[in-house]
Amino acid sequence: MNFTPDIRLFSCHYTCQQTSAMDDNGLQHLDFPKNISINRVVCTGKIEITTLLQAFEDGADGVYVVGCPMNTCHNVKGSQRAAKRVETVRSALSELAVEPDRIKMYHTPRGLHHEFIEAAHEMNDTITELGPTPF
Amino acid sequence: MIVAERKPLAEIIDMVKDHKKILVLACRGCVTVCSAGGEREADILASLIRLGLKKEGKQAEVATGSLVRQCDKEYIDGIDQWKGQYDAIVSTACGVGVNFIANLRDGDHVYPALNTTFFGGSAEQGVWREQCAGCGNCVLHLTGGLCPVARCAKSLFNGPCGGSVKGSCEINSDVPCVWQNIYDRMGTLDRQKELSVSQPIRDWSVGGHGGPRKQVRDDLTV
Ligand code: SF4
Ligand code: SF4
Repeated sequence: MNFTPDIRLFSCHYTCQQTSAMDDNGLQHLDFPKNISINRVVCTGKIEITTLLQAFEDGADGVYVVGCPMNTCHNVKGSQRAAKRVETVRSALSELAVEPDRIKMYHTPRGLHHEFIEAAHEMNDTITELGPTPF
Repeated sequence: MIVAERKPLAEIIDMVKDHKKILVLACRGCVTVCSAGGEREADILASLIRLGLKKEGKQAEVATGSLVRQCDKEYIDGIDQWKGQYDAIVSTACGVGVNFIANLRDGDHVYPALNTTFFGGSAEQGVWREQCAGCGNCVLHLTGGLCPVARCAKSLFNGPCGGSVKGSCEINSDVPCVWQNIYDRMGTLDRQKELSVSQPIRDWSVGGHGGPRKQVRDDLTV
């Protein structure tokens, strides 16, 4: 099947800051998949469960959140809170008999590191494999 | 406060699957404090209902609203503000709220989003424990303030059963034996001697075994 997933990334200012200075070409130069849209937030701890669910309502095939390392979040507990909310959405998806892997939390070092790009590829592969959203 | 938790989504979606305009109605009382049925949880549930119905190929408008409480008539009357905008209400209040809507809104379909679990409190974030069972004849003055009705698995009144082991209840070692706690606390308060007084057989009719309970306060009725 020729399927290019619609993936929404929510990432904190600190982990994806440099991407905001880049245009599409710059991002592609870094091998960041074109089909992933980046939503920058001040802190992943600010992301509400409803925001993540809204992304699915808006047609996302997959959603992921990239925040600071678990124990060294710039805002102390922001990325821990985000991880809990992602976990809540994962179990809600399971309750709806939808693959929980359609949403995932990543903790990466602050700044634009290779882990940020790797997370994008991993998510892209997972969602491509899972196929289009069941919603 | 009254503590509750969301029902499984499949159960909720099955309740509303044939409705076209659904109002998820939050309560800003106890269920907001225990993060089960406040405005935030109602918004989340509305989104999940939309997704769940969509997955089953059903179309419905799912909106949210909230009331100060759902256990008083004057607030229930506030449902009129959504008149014509819903054909079913999913209440995220405790069971009292759902009953109140059913009592007072003839013809309105109302469904419970929550399982109402107990009267309790939260001493650590995200954890609620049962403290009182509303037994209608409080004995906390005899037990140092710790409830043997709600917090003892057998609701014993005259000390622990034989299953109390090292401070834990026999039903589960994670559950403290409240009779051990009562004994220890009465010791701290220098009141342990009082525990040797046997408590008489209890009249449970005031504890719900005499049918639905009602309270009338003449000083408040006009
Ligand atoms: S004795 Fe009865 S009223 Fe008092 S706390 Fe226990 S259950 Fe509640
Ligand atoms: S072990 Fe303690 S709390 Fe558990 S049933 Fe016996 S007396 Fe009650």
